[in-house]
Amino acid sequence: MHEMSLAEGVLQLVEDTAQREGAQRVKLVVLEIGQLSSVEPEALRFCFEAVTHGGIAHGAALEIVAVPGSGWCMPCAATVPMTESFGACPQCGSYQVQPTGGTEMRVKEIEIE
Amino acid sequence: MCTVCGCGEGEVKIEGDGHAHTHVHADGTVHTHTHEHADEHAHAHDDAPLGVHSHTHHHADGREHSHAHSHDGEHVHTHGYEGEHQHQPALGGDLDYGNGPARAHVPGMSQARMVQIEQDILSKNNGYAAKNRHLFDDRGIFALNLVSSPGSGKTTLLVKTIELLKDQVAICVVEGDQQTSNDAERIRATGVPALQINTGKGCHLDGHMVGHAIERLQPADESLFLIENVGNLVCPAAFDLGEHHKVAILSVTEGEDKPLKYPDMFRAADIMLLNKCDLLPYLEFDADLAEANARQVNPNLTVFRVSATRGEGMSAWIDWITSGLEAQRGKRSETVDALKRRVVELERQLAAK
Repeated sequence: MHEMSLAEGVLQLVEDTAQREGAQRVKLVVLEIGQLSSVEPEALRFCFEAVTHGGIAHGAALEIVAVPGSGWCMPCAATVPMTESFGACPQCGSYQVQPTGGTEMRVKEIEIE
Repeated sequence: MCTVCGCGEGEVKIEGDGHAHTHVHADGTVHTHTHEHADEHAHAHDDAPLGVHSHTHHHADGREHSHAHSHDGEHVHTHGYEGEHQHQPALGGDLDYGNGPARAHVPGMSQARMVQIEQDILSKNNGYAAKNRHLFDDRGIFALNLVSSPGSGKTTLLVKTIELLKDQVAICVVEGDQQTSNDAERIRATGVPALQINTGKGCHLDGHMVGHAIERLQPADESLFLIENVGNLVCPAAFDLGEHHKVAILSVTEGEDKPLKYPDMFRAADIMLLNKCDLLPYLEFDADLAEANARQVNPNLTVFRVSATRGEGMSAWIDWITSGLEAQRGKRSETVDALKRRVVELERQLAAK
């Protein structure tokens, strides 16, 4: 998708928090990225390094926690694992599956000093 | 200003806006933005010896805020006002732990610690969007966000829609494009107010830009608010503007598999308009296959087949908008503001007796 935009969003949250907490340096940033969120973790890593350059989060490690995708299949009336947001139900093959997990893109926590 | 997207920060222009200026941040990033001077503030710097001092701003509207300030060439401040922008702190210079954001400092102790944030990456945009949506609901306005690839006929469709509806309901339009105000001019030719937002290098409109557009256009109560997003099937899917529905437009001169190639957008939309259907006899486009592909991505999608230039199928689309407008009017009568207005009216009647 647009990982540069997202990296900027991450940086904003991190900098706001670091400023509020009076941090001098950000050592670690932990993100939760769902498998159905259309985010490429590798692209996000690359962009994160670019946008943090020279700022308070310069050199911070980036940890990306992948959240597995899941969805509610209407014909099966059950929660099923999903690997793509427009994918079919692995049990019955129907496309009537509503994603219920794995769509998140969150900044979980940061380590500062 | 594009608050979330890194693709073109600082090149947003809203027609007729006040002026643009450039900030240089401590970390060397430069951003330019336009702003209006409704909240002007002036402040005097007194010569504090230690390089750090705090002081108070008085805004024109009576709000005030205070902040700490270091004098190594940059300065930091936070406005306590929505629609705000924040400057990141200078890294150099002195730190006043008593006055600054850290509040306290224990010498000799490492301050390394984990801080829980638990916030959505798009939360800032979503906050702006929620404010827009609240305003729309409060005033009974029905807002639609039209998204598609460039050249699918969005503007022609808008012009025809406006011509069919403008005698029944007040309409205003926000036009998003990278450059030119051609589209806003085409809309204005129909007699309804339109505002062009140029996103510069940006690939989408965001909630913050639309918030400013609402301030500028001042849409009437119970009116129709149409947003034509930048022609792009990728990024606008992720950015909520506060609209009630995203309407995706697919034209029959494109491929049937577009919903499969760009699933995020067709999943984010509630409505798909299959446009330029008058050309179907001349093309090998399989409209049923296109609809099936779109429903595979989004089973709840409502599809209308239309020809904006010939007018075929437009009545079903217009009826859908009309019912949306009615639903918004119904919702408005239940809002707190509406109830307050009723209380005032009833008290006035009581006093008259």
